[in-house]
Amino acid sequence: MAIELKMPALSPTMEEGTLAKWLKAEGDTIEPGDIIAEIETDKATMEFEAIDDGVLTKILVAEGTENVAVGAVIAEMSGEGEEASAPAETPAPTPAPTPAPVAAAPVVAADPSIPAGTSFTSTQVREALRDAMAEEMRADRRVFVMGEEVAEYQGAYKVTQGLLDEFGPKRVIDTPITEYGFAGIGSGAAMGGLKPIVEFMTFNFAMQAIDHIVNSAAKTNYMSGGQMRCPIVFRGPNGAASRVGAQHSQNYGPWYASVPGLIVIAPYDAADAKGLMKAAIRSDDPVVFLENELVYGRSFDVPDMEDYVLPIGKARIMREGADVTIVSYSIGVGMALEAAETLAAEGIDAEVIDLRTLRPLDKGAVLDSLKKTNRLVVAEEGWPTCSIASEIISVCMEEGFDDLDAPVMRVCNEDVPLPYAANLEKLALIDPPRIVEAVKKVCYV
Amino acid sequence: MAKKPAARKAPAKRAVSKTAATNTASAQPAAPSEDPDFILHSLQEEFEAAKSFNASDEQMLEFYRQMLLIRRFEEKAGQLYGLGLIGGFCHLYIGQEAVAIGLQSALDNDKDSVITGYRDHGHMLAYGIDPKVIMAELTGREAGISKGKGGSMHMFSTEHKFYGGHGIVGAQVALGGGLALAHQYNEDGGLCLAYFGDGAANQGQVYETFNMAALWNLPIVFVVEDNQYAMGTSSTRSSAETRFHRRGTAFRIPGIDVDGMNVLEVRAAAEVAFKHVREGKGPVLMELNTYRYRGHSMSDPAKYRTRDEVQEQRENFDPIERLKKTLVEAGHDEADLKVIDKDIRKVVTEAADFAESSPEPEPSELYTEVLVEKY
Repeated sequence: MAIELKMPALSPTMEEGTLAKWLKAEGDTIEPGDIIAEIETDKATMEFEAIDDGVLTKILVAEGTENVAVGAVIAEMSGEGEEASAPAETPAPTPAPTPAPVAAAPVVAADPSIPAGTSFTSTQVREALRDAMAEEMRADRRVFVMGEEVAEYQGAYKVTQGLLDEFGPKRVIDTPITEYGFAGIGSGAAMGGLKPIVEFMTFNFAMQAIDHIVNSAAKTNYMSGGQMRCPIVFRGPNGAASRVGAQHSQNYGPWYASVPGLIVIAPYDAADAKGLMKAAIRSDDPVVFLENELVYGRSFDVPDMEDYVLPIGKARIMREGADVTIVSYSIGVGMALEAAETLAAEGIDAEVIDLRTLRPLDKGAVLDSLKKTNRLVVAEEGWPTCSIASEIISVCMEEGFDDLDAPVMRVCNEDVPLPYAANLEKLALIDPPRIVEAVKKVCYV
Repeated sequence: MAKKPAARKAPAKRAVSKTAATNTASAQPAAPSEDPDFILHSLQEEFEAAKSFNASDEQMLEFYRQMLLIRRFEEKAGQLYGLGLIGGFCHLYIGQEAVAIGLQSALDNDKDSVITGYRDHGHMLAYGIDPKVIMAELTGREAGISKGKGGSMHMFSTEHKFYGGHGIVGAQVALGGGLALAHQYNEDGGLCLAYFGDGAANQGQVYETFNMAALWNLPIVFVVEDNQYAMGTSSTRSSAETRFHRRGTAFRIPGIDVDGMNVLEVRAAAEVAFKHVREGKGPVLMELNTYRYRGHSMSDPAKYRTRDEVQEQRENFDPIERLKKTLVEAGHDEADLKVIDKDIRKVVTEAADFAESSPEPEPSELYTEVLVEKY
């Protein structure tokens, strides 16, 4: 019986990949352990290894094919001792359609800092972050990057890819797995006049280092009466990834946003990632920069500007609308935009606001929008209790009460540690239908 | 030696082992783990060979004056605390003066940086920072060095390259590693002197920092001020290895064991340690054996040790009295030394008056300096 070789999933978030190279040809005998092909994922190039004996009878996906969905049959083998049957007449499957990265909805309110006539380049979020760091490293020799696997490995999520080549090991420093220690060393280096970018492989591991973020970095300027600064960027992916279980899936936005002395940024798209990362590096204050693994691979237009820097603390209207406001940040923005499209089809015109910075919070943008729509929903990929959503609701109560035609609602993850099982994980996390449902509630439809 | 009678350190303590690392596989000076010449006790031998700093008369008088300033300042701080003028936590340095004075006198003040924990008044005074602004910080006044917003544990002087003043036990060790990284990065020739106590020596981040400091060859001198008690827990009750200078062994950091109650010995050890670091040979771990006469903080119940123990240390090992004896032996008149004490008492009284009369911070200061920039 023919053995189907399927496109493997080589990382928790991989949904598709490029079939970079076939290392075996049709008719070749295969033994377990043989490397059959090279597959490129969004993170790395990996080898695809055989686990069965047999003969490679048919290659179904040509080398160089991009966007091959995980699970797609890429080749067939005859089992051991079988006659290699004539190549089946199956048509080569077309690569599965990309699981559409949430269509970046038309940005109605273009950033005023982008001059008319500026061209744009489609850029992945991870590339935008890398570009921002590289530009700032070129401009300021005090800026350097440190963290686990940032140099020779090229970044656990490829965000620091290429930096070692350009800037060398003095400015792109691989650390041991020792978060508390290197967060402290980074903070000390910042106190000593440098501008470190400390990458946490994920913010889950920053829990080991949170003492330095909160006690050393955030409070120094205040405790020293303005004498001693700590200009540092702590960055890395935050929030749920994909099927990595409870200890690797948590949104720390609300945690850090409650600390005076910190700047907390959580961008959604590539242009914001770039413009805000540059601003974060330039800031004289300590910045917690929360990225999202599931968004790293999404592409968005980034303006072709020599020095694209965005203001910290300014929200952005991602979609203008008249009936209801959906406030979100990070990955939630994509869901909010998707929900807004669904709602539009049903006659509800939603405005979507991306907070972009969680501390200081752009209360004005939220309240202005509320004044216009009189209804508000907060969508947050994170736990509901003591969340950014709670904070926004509090702001609406205290400062926007007279504008409210309905209670503000929050759409958050379920209040449980994130489970592993695919179905349970899906149940626990927010999604566009839940946002749609909440919007309908506040619109009383 | 300023040691408790208890046999907390085995007699073999001084037996210097010469076990060289056996890894000679690589001829290249590559990773620290491949250095064939690493000898843990090499610096100890060098130190033992010239154990007492050959100080000039002028230097000795300066050490005496500085140590006395710390002593009198701290005594006054204790008084002000009793009067309710100083609040919160207040950790006095009385008994440990020789450590900060001996070490910091060997620094290059234009280049080197210092960082310590919460028992920081002495280190600031050792730098020559005005006692008035330190005392005014203790009383929480506008004229304090941190504008009254830091307090006893959070004082800094970037002008003097003194980076605090840190209240989280052990945090200053990692931060010190970062200061050392900045020295190396900027190629400014400076080193970082990072102080911590025998209690902090059990924090995990200390060893994370040892590892990276050795791995990256950072210019840092780690100083364990072993005053024998982590709050009320004696080091024998808290530490499996109380010979703290050996704690760098696993990271190939050479250690030096020093009598921290003898300022000339401290200074001699500093010469050896700083030279090693300045020559680019990586970090050194110094153990300064000392003794704290007062409680851990002002609210110490003093139930964990006897009065006799404290008394014995004061009588036999007091760093100021010991230096005084040396000075008298060198021909100084006790009356002249009394004059120094009198002058210092005056300076301290002025500092206390200033700290009491200086106004409290303006209420508007509550909101300043939370962030550097406006957003």
